[in-house]
Amino acid sequence: MAIAVSIQHLTKVYASGLTALRDVSLDIQEGEILALLGPNGAGKTTLISTVCGLTTPTSGTVTVGGHDIIRDFRASRRLVGLVPQELNIEPFERVQNTVRFSRGLFGYPDDPAHIEAVLRQLSLWDKRDTRILELSGGMKRRVIIAKALSHEPRVLFLDEPTAGVDVDLRKGMWEIVRALKNQGVTIILTTHYIDEAEAIADRVGVINNGQLLLVEDKATLMRRMGRKRLHIELNHPVDRVPEALDRYRLTRDDDGRSLLFDYDANSEAPDVAALLHDLKEAGLVLRDLHTSQSSLEEIFVTLVREEA
Amino acid sequence: MNGHAIAAIFRFEMARTMRTLLQSVASPVLSTALYFVVFGSAIGSRIQEVDGIGYGSFIVPGLIMLTVLTQSVSNASFGIYFPKFLGTIYELLSAPVSVAEILIGYVGAAAIKALAIGLIILGTAAFFVPLHIEHPVWMLAFLVLICVSFSLFGFILGIWARNFEQLQLVPLMIITPLGFLGGSFYSITMLPPVWQTVSLFNPVVYLVSAFRWSFFGTADVDVGLSLAMILLFLSACIAIIWWMFHTGYRLKT
Repeated sequence: MAIAVSIQHLTKVYASGLTALRDVSLDIQEGEILALLGPNGAGKTTLISTVCGLTTPTSGTVTVGGHDIIRDFRASRRLVGLVPQELNIEPFERVQNTVRFSRGLFGYPDDPAHIEAVLRQLSLWDKRDTRILELSGGMKRRVIIAKALSHEPRVLFLDEPTAGVDVDLRKGMWEIVRALKNQGVTIILTTHYIDEAEAIADRVGVINNGQLLLVEDKATLMRRMGRKRLHIELNHPVDRVPEALDRYRLTRDDDGRSLLFDYDANSEAPDVAALLHDLKEAGLVLRDLHTSQSSLEEIFVTLVREEA
Repeated sequence: MNGHAIAAIFRFEMARTMRTLLQSVASPVLSTALYFVVFGSAIGSRIQEVDGIGYGSFIVPGLIMLTVLTQSVSNASFGIYFPKFLGTIYELLSAPVSVAEILIGYVGAAAIKALAIGLIILGTAAFFVPLHIEHPVWMLAFLVLICVSFSLFGFILGIWARNFEQLQLVPLMIITPLGFLGGSFYSITMLPPVWQTVSLFNPVVYLVSAFRWSFFGTADVDVGLSLAMILLFLSACIAIIWWMFHTGYRLKT
C-alpha cells in the first residue's frame, strides 16, 4: 500500500523553548484510519499543525502524497483537509457559502454538485442557507468537516473531532469517518477517548511528551500488550485456593464463588487447559467460565506510566 | 497562480462589505457632507481662496484623502484581523495559496472598497462645490496607488494587532492626526517656515499634495517627489508583509 503521509525526524521547538515534538518519524498508509492518542500537551496538535502548514517545523521533513510540505506546498496542501479542534468558523456566513469559499481557497472551481453531496452526507443540506451563528455546536462541527471535504482531500486530519460532543453525535461522527475511509480517504485523528480509537482506528499511535511511543495495528497492539483474565465461577464457594493450584496464582473473588486467573494473551502456552485439568483434580466443580481482555485505555495508561 | 483562491477571498471580503453596506457607504458620505458644512461653509466664508482656488473646492482632495486613508487601513486591517480573532485563519494558512495571492485577494478587496468610497465622496462633493479636475488620469492613478499602499499598511496592522485596542490605536492615534496635519484643509505654504519643514516629515503631506495637484495643477511639494514617496511606502509595505509570511510573524507558531 502506498504511503500517504511520511514524517521523518520531525522536531518542533517553540520560541518559548518548549519542545513539542522530538524526532518523530511516522509513515501513514493510504486509506487507513490512524488514531493518535496522548494526554493534553503531548504534541498531537503540533504534529497535525505542522503537516498542515500552521506550524513551522524546527527540523525534519514531511511529505504528503510524495510532495514536500514546504518546497512543494501547493501540491501537498491540495491533498489535505483539516478539521481543527476548536469551532473556528465565520459566524455571519451561510453554510453553503462558507463551504464554497473553502473549495475556492484550495484552488478548485465551483462545483455545486460536489458541495451538495458533501452537505447531504453531513446532513446539512437543509441548513445550506442558514447563517452559521444560528446552528448548534454539533452542526457547526459538521460544517467545519464539510469545509475540509469541500476540495475532495485524499488525507483528512481530524483534531479531536468528538471533544465535548454528546454520545449520539460521537457515534454519528464515527459513521462519517468510516464512510470517508470507504471512499479511500486517509484519516488521521487525535483523540483523548480510547474507545474512539478502539472503535474506528486501524492503527494506533501513542504520543507523549513529544515522542511517538509506538504505532501499531490496533488488534496487534491489544494482543501484544493485552492481559487476559479468566473468570472461573464455581458451584460451591471455597474458603481458600487449594494448594495444588498455587502455581497459577489464582485469586478468590465474590466471596469464594469465583476464582480469577490472569495470564498473558500472547503467551505461547497460557496454561488454561492445564489449569482446567488441575481444577478438576482438586475437586472443584465449575459452573461457568468467561474471559475478559484489557482495553486500549489500560494499555495506554500502562504505556504512558512506563514512559514517565 | 491560484486564481480560484484569489476570487474566493475577494468575494468573501466584498460580501462582508455588502452585509454592512449602510455603515460602509452612508457613514463616509455623511461625514463628508458634515465637513463641507463645517469647514466649507463656516470656515470657508472667512477664507476666500487658497492658491487662487475657492476654499470649498480646495479641501475636496484633502477630504477624499482623509477618508480613503482611514478606509483603506480599516478595511484591510479588519479583513485579516477577523480571521485571526475568530481562528478561521487556520484555513488560509493551510491552503495552497502564496503571499501574493493572499495580498491580491485581501488588499485588492480593501483597496477597491476604499476607491469606491473615494469616488462616492468626489460625487458628493460635486453637489456642494464646483469641481474641475485638471489631470483626471493622474487623479485616478494617485487614488488607486494610495488605496493600495494604505490597504497594505492596514494589512500589516491587522497581522500585528493582538487585540481590538491595538487595531484601533494606529488609525486613531497616527493616521487621523497625520491626515489632519498633512494639509488636508490648508496649504502647508500657509504655515510658518519651521512648521513647513516639520510638515515635510509627515508622509500624508506628499499624498495630499500630489492628489491636489491632479485636481488644480498646483502642489506644495514636487509631484515627482510625492510619487516617489508613495512608491517607496508601497514597496516597504510589501517587503514587510513578505517578511511576516516568510517568518510566520504573529501568524504561525
